[in-house]
Order: sequence, then structure tokens, then C-alpha cells
Amino acid sequence: MTDTLAGKLAAKVADPQRMLTASTADNSEGMSYLNRLPRRLVTLYLPLGIILFVLLFPFYWMALTSIKPDSQLLDFDTYSPFWTWNPTFKHIYKLLFETDYPIWLWNTMLVATCATAISIFASVLAAYAIVRLRYKGAQWVGGAIFLAYLVPPSILFIPLSTVVFQYGLFDTPFALILTYPTILIPFSTWLLMGYFKTIPYELEECALMDGASRWQILVKIVLPLAIPGLISAFIFCFTLCWNEFIYALTFISSTQYKTVPVAIVTALVDGDVYRWGSLMAGALIGSLPLVILYAFFVEHYVSAMTGAVKE
Amino acid sequence: MTVAILKSRLAKRPIQEPTTWDRLKTNKSWLGAWFMLPAAVFLILFLAYPLGLGVWLSFTDTRIGRSGIFVGLENYEWLSGDSTFWLSVFNTLLYTSVASVIKFAVGLYLALLLNERLPFKAILRAVVLIPFIVPTVLSAIAFWWLFDPQFSIISWSLKSMGLITENINFLGDVWNARWSVIFANIWRGVPFVAITLLAGLQTVSPSLYEAATIDGATPWQRFRFITYPLLTPIIAVVMTFSVLFTFTDFQLIWVMTRGGPVNATHLMATLSYQRAIIGGNLGEGAAISTAMIPFLLAAILVSWFGLQRSKWQQGEAND
Repeated sequence: MTDTLAGKLAAKVADPQRMLTASTADNSEGMSYLNRLPRRLVTLYLPLGIILFVLLFPFYWMALTSIKPDSQLLDFDTYSPFWTWNPTFKHIYKLLFETDYPIWLWNTMLVATCATAISIFASVLAAYAIVRLRYKGAQWVGGAIFLAYLVPPSILFIPLSTVVFQYGLFDTPFALILTYPTILIPFSTWLLMGYFKTIPYELEECALMDGASRWQILVKIVLPLAIPGLISAFIFCFTLCWNEFIYALTFISSTQYKTVPVAIVTALVDGDVYRWGSLMAGALIGSLPLVILYAFFVEHYVSAMTGAVKE
Repeated sequence: MTVAILKSRLAKRPIQEPTTWDRLKTNKSWLGAWFMLPAAVFLILFLAYPLGLGVWLSFTDTRIGRSGIFVGLENYEWLSGDSTFWLSVFNTLLYTSVASVIKFAVGLYLALLLNERLPFKAILRAVVLIPFIVPTVLSAIAFWWLFDPQFSIISWSLKSMGLITENINFLGDVWNARWSVIFANIWRGVPFVAITLLAGLQTVSPSLYEAATIDGATPWQRFRFITYPLLTPIIAVVMTFSVLFTFTDFQLIWVMTRGGPVNATHLMATLSYQRAIIGGNLGEGAAISTAMIPFLLAAILVSWFGLQRSKWQQGEAND
């Protein structure tokens, strides 16, 4: 559903002329043409503008701080605080070449990629089995997986830290690669179950008649048809991994294995009054990969979020 | 000729009795078990087992580097007399209730605004979600800087507008700190609520509004009797998630205040981290985490029954 709506929206943006003239023809526009411009200004554009300003200002401030020279960083009275005419890459340079930031970025990328790959593999199999094999008790397992999604990391990290220690994984990247799937598998299984349900059962019956095994059906028929779902699951898992904080904070102690969020908070914060420049640069660069990924796959992301909620 | 060959082949290979292996290959339960295996291994080893272990730890006096012995309810008894623990419970409830209510109100309002006819709607929708995409820790650092006691741009702007004379001590004062972290949480949560509710709103047919308007419904009545009932199921799910994730929040608090000033912003999650990992007292930390479970169960049950009711209202055909 979201996909078709998204398509409609995209078509509208691509064709603004049509959007302005054909509002009455398009059923989804409803009665908004009854409101004249001054009224719309007050009831729609003004509140929307305020909310957008509040939502986006921290990012603007983050970006601006990361390129301001030190002399303007804290002196709001001499220089206008909301703009700078002498942008500098000093903070970014310092971050990339004088700290371990590139290593942390690499760690985050590695952990996120491995954990996502493991989770998608496990969830594809689990979701297919629950939806299509419908073995005894499949419904119960589906419910249990949904409940597993509701178990938050912040009540698990204490016992998990002892478990991780027992398995000898403490302070290695494997501690994160193997524990993140517990957050990701329930979510992506739930999401993929929704996608698999939409694939016509007849296709599989045909394949079964022709002698295909379940594995062949999954790989050659179901997965190609579920690619949008796989992309959604991938993006969501990757974002969650990148975001994860409490496990990374608890299970990793040496600086060279830390992920970006943890490293920024623990290793980059020092007493320097001008640290804000490199801190903000770190936050900005740490967010960029996700924002870029998101920009390419907005619709998948939104459908993952809303799809999972609607199931 | 060919018939003869065929005949001989058929004669040589009578219809095979299916072997055990063949049966297993088509047996749904057997196959299902294999397909479930990878997910089950992870969820049992790293989710179910730790969950049980956490409850067990809360009944022991385990410390980091030393396995504990069973001490019964001692941890809970100790916590029940600990004013910091009760303060963290109060903070968690305040944080969750205020943030969830405002997130819901602002999120619904934003969803209604975005559902109007707007230029660049797709882009607007994409932009609104950005606070949700950016890693929480990184935006929390941005808020930390925005709430700096000396160089806060908010204080500076208010001062130059003449509204205040002194810098606001955002994170240093007990109640200021609470409102500041609540604000940051709302800031991060609103996009999620807004975009999911927007997806629900888009399924409501405009003709319902037209019919109601012709019957003389006011905008409030249109919202109350059309939008709200049709959105109830999605609201129930979204708010369950929102409440769960706010209740168990850790990152924002840890980055912005670490529970300070004087424990005023300690949530149960941050307190359990402080006691268990920093203080080394795993048993006590586990007891605090375990104490969160009843609250979480209550939230899940409320949403579950909310969902059942809405299904019943809508009938099964709406799936």
C-alpha cells in the first residue's frame, strides 16, 4: 500500500503543474481546495514550519559548528552565530587524521554488515518456515518472535555481559556481531513474514508439482519476489546496528574495537573547550552513511517502519 | 525397441518405497525445524537464556569477576529501602508518561499537517524522518552542545531577544535537566509517530470527510468521529512501541547527563548500568532490570487488548 502511495507522491512531485491544476480531479486531495491561502498559511504552513525548524535545527547547528573556526566557535557576540564566512576543515581534518575515527568507522561498518547479513539469513529461513511451511505450532513461534522484539536491550545487557564473558567473546568484535542479531532477527522476521504472505501460494504449488525442493522454491521463487522486503529489512537492520549503543558500551573496552557512537562519547570527549568542533564533526560524519543510505531508499525505509507496525 | 527398453527399465526399478530420508525431506515439521534453526540458536543463546539468567542474577550477590550465591530477595529488599532507586522509578515514569503523551500529540498533529495537500510532500516526509535515522547518540551529542551551560545557542538567542538575562542552566538544574532530556526524547520520537500515523491516515477515504461535512460536522467532529476511530488500531501499536522504547531508554540520558545532576535524570536503565557495570554489582543491577519487566508486561497487555478491541470493531474483513 505504501509503495503505491509513494509512487503517487513521487509522480506528483515530478509534475508540479498537474498537482496545482488537477487537485479536484484527484480524489485523494479531498476538500483542501475549500481552504483559501491565508487560512492555510496560519493553520498549515506556520505550524509545519515551526515543527520542521525544531526538528532540523540541531543538524544545522551540528554542521555549522563542525566547520566554524575556533575563534568563532564560542564567541556569539562578535560574529553572527548562525553563519560563518570562514569555513574551516580543521576539525574534520583533526578527526580523520589525528584520532582513531577511521578505525571506529570501519568497526561500525564491519559489525553492522556482518550482523545484518547473519540476521537476514536467519530471518528469511524463519519467516519462510513460519508463513509457508506452517509446521505444527508455527503460529505460536510467530507470536513468540513478536514478543522477542519487545524485549529491550536495556534489560538484557547485564546477563548478556556475563554470557559474553563466559563464551570468551568479551572485548572482541564478535561480541557485537553475535549479540546484535537478537535485536534484528525478531524485527526482520516479522517484516519478512508480511512480505512472504503477499506472494501467491500458487507459484509455490506449481514449483512443488515440478519437483522443486523447498530450498529451491525459497531461493528461486520466493526471494526474487521479496526483494523489496529484503531491502527494507536490510536497511532497517543496518540502521539499528549503527545506532546500537548499550551493548557496544558494555561489551567493548579497548579503544581499537569501539564503534562510532561509543567511541565519540568515551574517547573523543576531553576537557578541551574547543572540543565541540571535532565532536560535532564526528557526529556529522557518523550520521552521514546512514543519511545517504536513507536518501536512496526512503520508500523502503518508510514501508519497513509502517509495515512492521501494521502487521 | 523403445518399448522394450522402457519395459526393462520399469522392470528393473519397481516403484520405490519412500525411504526415511525422503519422508523427512517433505515432512513439514522436520523441514520447519531446520529452517528455524539459525534464528532459534541466536534467540535462545542470546535472548531467552540471558533473560532467564537476568532474573536468576537478581536473586544472587554476583559481582564482576566473582560468581555469586543465592541470596533470595535480598537485592530487592535493599532496593526497596534505596531512595535513589525510587527516584529512578519516579523519573522513568515521568519521562515515559510526559514524553509519550507529547510525542503522540505532536506526532498526530504533524501527521495531520502532512496529510494535507502540500507541495513537495514526499521530500517533506523524507526530511521529517531524519531525526529518527541519525544515531541517537550522535543527536544526543548535538543536544548536549545545544544545552551547554555557557555557550548554549538557545540561551544566547533568548538573551538577545531580551527574554532572559542569565544563561539557562539546562542540564545542571534538577528540573531543567529533566525537561531537557524529555525534550530531546520527544524530538527524536515525533518523526516515528508522525510517519507511521501518516501511513494510517492515508488509508482513510476522503469521501468520509466530504459526507460528514455535508452533514454539517465541524473539523473537531470530523477528527473525533472519523479520523480517530479509524486510526485506533495503528495508534495502539505505535504507542506501545513508543512507550516501550521510552521506558527502556538509555542512550539519550547516558550521553547528556549520565543520570545527573544528583541522580535527577537517572532512569531505571541508566541506574542499572551504573550499579552493575560501573559499580560492579551485577546482582543489584539485574534486580533493577528485572523490576522493569512488570511495567513492560503491563504496556504489552494494554496494547494487546487495545488491538483485540479494534479488530472486533472493524471486523475481520479489514485485514
